Amino acid sequence: MAAFFQQVVSGLASGSIYGALALSIVLIHRATGVINFAQGEMATFSTYIAWTLVTHHGFSYWPAFVVALVVSFLGGVGIHEAVIRPVERGPRIRVVIVTIGLLLVLNGLVTWIWSGEVRAVQSPFPARTIDVGGVAISWQDIGTIAVCLLSVLVLGAFFRCTKTGLAMRAAATNPAEARLVGVRVSRMLAVGWGLAAALGAVAGMLTAPSVFLSPNMMLTVLIYAFAAAVLGGIDSPVGAVVGGLLLGVGLNLLGTYVDFVGSDLGLPAALLVILVVLLVRPAGLFGKPRVRKV
Amino acid sequence: MTALLELHAVEARYGPLQALRGITLEVPEGSIVAVLGANGAGKTTTLRAVSGMVKRDGEITFAGKPLRGGPEAAARAGIAHVPEGRGTLTELSVIENLRLGAYTRRGRSVRADIERMADYFPWIPERGDQTAGTLSGGEQQMLALARALMSRPRLLMLDEPSVGLAPLIVREIFSIISTLNEQEGLTVLVVEQDVRIALEVAATAYVLEVGTVALSGTSAELRGDEAVRRSYLGY
Repeated sequence: MAAFFQQVVSGLASGSIYGALALSIVLIHRATGVINFAQGEMATFSTYIAWTLVTHHGFSYWPAFVVALVVSFLGGVGIHEAVIRPVERGPRIRVVIVTIGLLLVLNGLVTWIWSGEVRAVQSPFPARTIDVGGVAISWQDIGTIAVCLLSVLVLGAFFRCTKTGLAMRAAATNPAEARLVGVRVSRMLAVGWGLAAALGAVAGMLTAPSVFLSPNMMLTVLIYAFAAAVLGGIDSPVGAVVGGLLLGVGLNLLGTYVDFVGSDLGLPAALLVILVVLLVRPAGLFGKPRVRKV
Repeated sequence: MTALLELHAVEARYGPLQALRGITLEVPEGSIVAVLGANGAGKTTTLRAVSGMVKRDGEITFAGKPLRGGPEAAARAGIAHVPEGRGTLTELSVIENLRLGAYTRRGRSVRADIERMADYFPWIPERGDQTAGTLSGGEQQMLALARALMSRPRLLMLDEPSVGLAPLIVREIFSIISTLNEQEGLTVLVVEQDVRIALEVAATAYVLEVGTVALSGTSAELRGDEAVRRSYLGY
């Protein structure tokens, strides 16, 4: 039984990372109706920035973490202004293609700047475990869950309680009405890209210690995040987080208890989740089924 | 009375379709002005031209200054536009809609203004957390009105506030508009299909036909006009 709970907790840890990245995908999808395929590479880029600050500029971990968040936010805003805004008014497929291009460019840029070498990253959390009723839980897992959930809660409070957060929600759900009350919609979308980039950076920086730092480290995480977002409902922020946690725990248990799945069939299992959800309940667990007027 | 809003030879088009062919009208400060006319006459487009939701030509002057830019600019200049079909954000709560209405304002009096709205709309306080989309049609129209008032506008523009509402509710909404005008000096430009009630509250009115002003005058003059009576009032 202890082993079971151990797997659940470590599933929650990886699940909270999927949830955070899924949430950043959902934020942009809600506002613009497009999937940002570059979300993972943006997170990788942010993680390299944090790593450089720590290894080459003498930063300790948390200050580097915060600086990377700020740089990511500004980077997200910059990406929106430079490459997304010019195509925003056209068909959505154009924006999607731009994000795929962005994925390739950022991936190349990371390899060019930092080389493709795989690097070990130190975890900010102690390598010890803590005993909770016979279950050994690593500080790494606890820290990951705590940081992800804290980020999500801060973001949630921002959207609920601040004027800018409210304006962003209005801009996302009903841009025409939002403009009538004086909201500058395009500026709100830029802030949305910034926040999504910062949240993605959190996911990237928490992923690096367990999978090593490399230009492709977020590739699989991004697919899990897609699965989490689809499972929870692509337009539901709560759904993204819950979907991430469910997926993390589910995949972990599947890998442990179903022999042939092991650690190799995680990705196909995630794709299966996407497929089944889209077939059975396209709106996801928390999404509202969309009624289309004809 | 000086004009708060002036339109001079304003034109607007949707693609190849010319919706406005030179509209000239003025809204004096502190008055209620009605825009009447059949479907497709350009009533809605007139409001959309003022708030910059359509591309327009001609001169629009608001508070002595030319009005330029999109809806954000119009809102910041002090124009609150309640569009046709209940201008509420259906996914946000009642309170959130009101907070959003005050978006362009600075200062901390927003809470006090939300309480002030309860004087006009007594149901608002107890339903504050309800999602706007679950309100009845009449309540949504009132919320749209309340949200517009939250910006403390110099000019309130209403697009067919009566559409789809029971006569009693329509009467209530127009009586609130009258009260706001009389007690707070609010200037109102209202587009309406219900000509009878529009002429009751408005001081002056313009009748549009295919994108031009066909007729204008005080409400009393228009009520007495043979053509208006036959086409719009039906007696």
